[in-house]
Amino acid sequence: MQAMIRIMRVGLFVTCLVDLVRPRIGFAALELLQAAGCEVDVPQSQTCCGQPGWNSGDRPSARALAEKVIAEFEVFDYVVAPSGSCAGMIKTHYPELFAGEGAWLARVEALGAKTHELTDFLVNVVHLERVPGRFAGTITYHDSCSGLRELGVKAQPRALLARVPGAELREMQDSEVCCGFGGTFSIKFGEISAAMAQTKCDRIHASGVHAVALGDLGCMLNIEGRLRRMGDATTRVLHVAEVLTAKA
Amino acid sequence: MQSASVHFRQRASGALADKHLQRTLKRFGSGFADKRAAARRAFGEDAFEILREASAAIRDRALEDLDAWLLRFEAEALRRGSRVIWAEDAAETCARVLEICARHGLTKAIKSKSMLSEEAGLNDALAAAGVQPVETDLGEYILQLAGEAPSHIIAPAIHKDMGEVSELFVRHHGRPKSDDIAQMTREAREMLRPHFLSADLGISGGNFLVAETGSVAIVTNEGNGRMVTTLPRVHIAITGIEKVVPTLEDLSALNRILPRSATGQEIENYFSVLTGPKRAGDADGPEHLYVILVDNGRTRLVGSELQEMLRCIRCGACMNHCPVYQTVGGHSYGWVYPGPMGSVLTPVYQGLENALDLPQAATLCGACHVACPVKIPLPGLLRKLREMQMERGLRPWAERAAFRAWAFTAQRPWLYALATRIAARALKWMGGGRGLIARLPFAGRGWTRGRDFPAPEGRTFRELYRAGRRRQT
Repeated sequence: MQAMIRIMRVGLFVTCLVDLVRPRIGFAALELLQAAGCEVDVPQSQTCCGQPGWNSGDRPSARALAEKVIAEFEVFDYVVAPSGSCAGMIKTHYPELFAGEGAWLARVEALGAKTHELTDFLVNVVHLERVPGRFAGTITYHDSCSGLRELGVKAQPRALLARVPGAELREMQDSEVCCGFGGTFSIKFGEISAAMAQTKCDRIHASGVHAVALGDLGCMLNIEGRLRRMGDATTRVLHVAEVLTAKA
Repeated sequence: MQSASVHFRQRASGALADKHLQRTLKRFGSGFADKRAAARRAFGEDAFEILREASAAIRDRALEDLDAWLLRFEAEALRRGSRVIWAEDAAETCARVLEICARHGLTKAIKSKSMLSEEAGLNDALAAAGVQPVETDLGEYILQLAGEAPSHIIAPAIHKDMGEVSELFVRHHGRPKSDDIAQMTREAREMLRPHFLSADLGISGGNFLVAETGSVAIVTNEGNGRMVTTLPRVHIAITGIEKVVPTLEDLSALNRILPRSATGQEIENYFSVLTGPKRAGDADGPEHLYVILVDNGRTRLVGSELQEMLRCIRCGACMNHCPVYQTVGGHSYGWVYPGPMGSVLTPVYQGLENALDLPQAATLCGACHVACPVKIPLPGLLRKLREMQMERGLRPWAERAAFRAWAFTAQRPWLYALATRIAARALKWMGGGRGLIARLPFAGRGWTRGRDFPAPEGRTFRELYRAGRRRQT
């Protein structure tokens, strides 16, 4: 009799920024999940986790989108997002959106329990040993705030990057300090936001690396945008999934 | 103190353009945060987390029955010879202090640090009534000479460098210029000494009130607090009503976490528990001790969804860990309390509509929440204030319309797919050959004034994924 091997069904939450700006990061995430032996489904009706509304005080909008995400993703064994910010929204903040609503809360908590940021899933759930990527050069890792402080994503991306042939990891000073993105903050207070991004860019430059890797699109656009505006056309800004899949 | 918080944006802009201030802020940098981290390691990181948990619980216990603990404090303080006065707002606080001055014929007040005195604008009120206020905390003394407000709650003159202080001293002390900090500190002590000896009134804040003994606890690093509370014949301690804790045991726990969180010290240089005025046979102490318990907006927080803010023990860790504070400095916030705790307190005490920018001027990075010794969920509270702004129609029309349009679209996948297809292509076109957008229209200008916007690849993930699936089948 053949052993029954239970294949994990993973729902990939692409995230709105990856969908719009950097689809290749979505494909990199897909490739990594498949390399780990998961059966990956990408619900086509997905749009956004609702965080922009939640962080801007528009609770009804956030709530409506949360209901949509729950309905779309609760059928999977796991839900994975290439973003600590969106995974954090689902795990940490959805319960606040449905506080005191028994039936909803049970569904929200069940979904939260099986939702993971990509590198956390690869390291702590599927224990991915070999990564398909390679990279020639030095890399520093910027800790995105939500992933770090809401989900404890710190060692996971570094562990994975350390397995990329050719990549040399080098820590920068203050890797845990916010890059200044902050969602709508980056537009409402563009001047302060850009000054904070400048501080981050100074740290990256001081570490003397070829590339900065990170786990969230917001930080990525912010840091890359500031580096290029300063005239740095060479320091690469990469999502950790791009490095892990040689899509960089 | 008059609030200038409505001008946050302009003040922050000015702070960013002020090269001297920027250098000073950079130098201050992560100094306090590093010291706190070292103190936390020395204490044991797990033990420290347990202490944070316990401290939050102590504060919550006091706040859950705030009225009862305050009445207990009042009764115990009275029993030990102190006088307890209740003040509803800034004006009443000043009025009560002036009444005491008139009753005892007081003419000169030496002061140790009190943020409530800043809230009440007490120095101006004293001076107007002919009572000379003299700040004796070194930082506050410097600011009094400069005619400025504090920019940090425990290091009020953190925005000034040595050169500025040196020039200020020359101008006011009329002595030769010094660039030796120890020498300058000695000079300030020499200038202050006659004031200490001649003042008839001492005004202090209070870090904690102990209900079971009716005591006021004060921590300082310079020793000025001791002299302010013992030398003059009258001492007035002014505190917010939320500062009460039930027992000395509670005080002891909180006093382990306060200095470690603030400056990374194991204990402050001076820790005083003041219980009543001088008794017969005591060598020193004031003849009269008044405790003024000030509301000034605090009761509005009790029982509200922002109540956790009242746990605050004024250590400054949130601002020491705030990247926005580190970038724009404390004066940008425009009122007494800067940084994350100020961005919650200012709208509550001064009116939501008078500080619209403050709850928005945060990246919600969470560094403050993690550092807070009493685990105040500051990002969550800022988010609630944003919600209140939205509910009360205090956000600009265009912003509300944009959110409605976004929410409408994001709930309709076909419409969202269409909108993102168009946006991905339009933005890619705008990015040109370099793939960078140098100027975005509308609100996007806020982004591109200081940064490029990396252009999208041109097609959405959704499109590419579907195209790939079609090829496979």
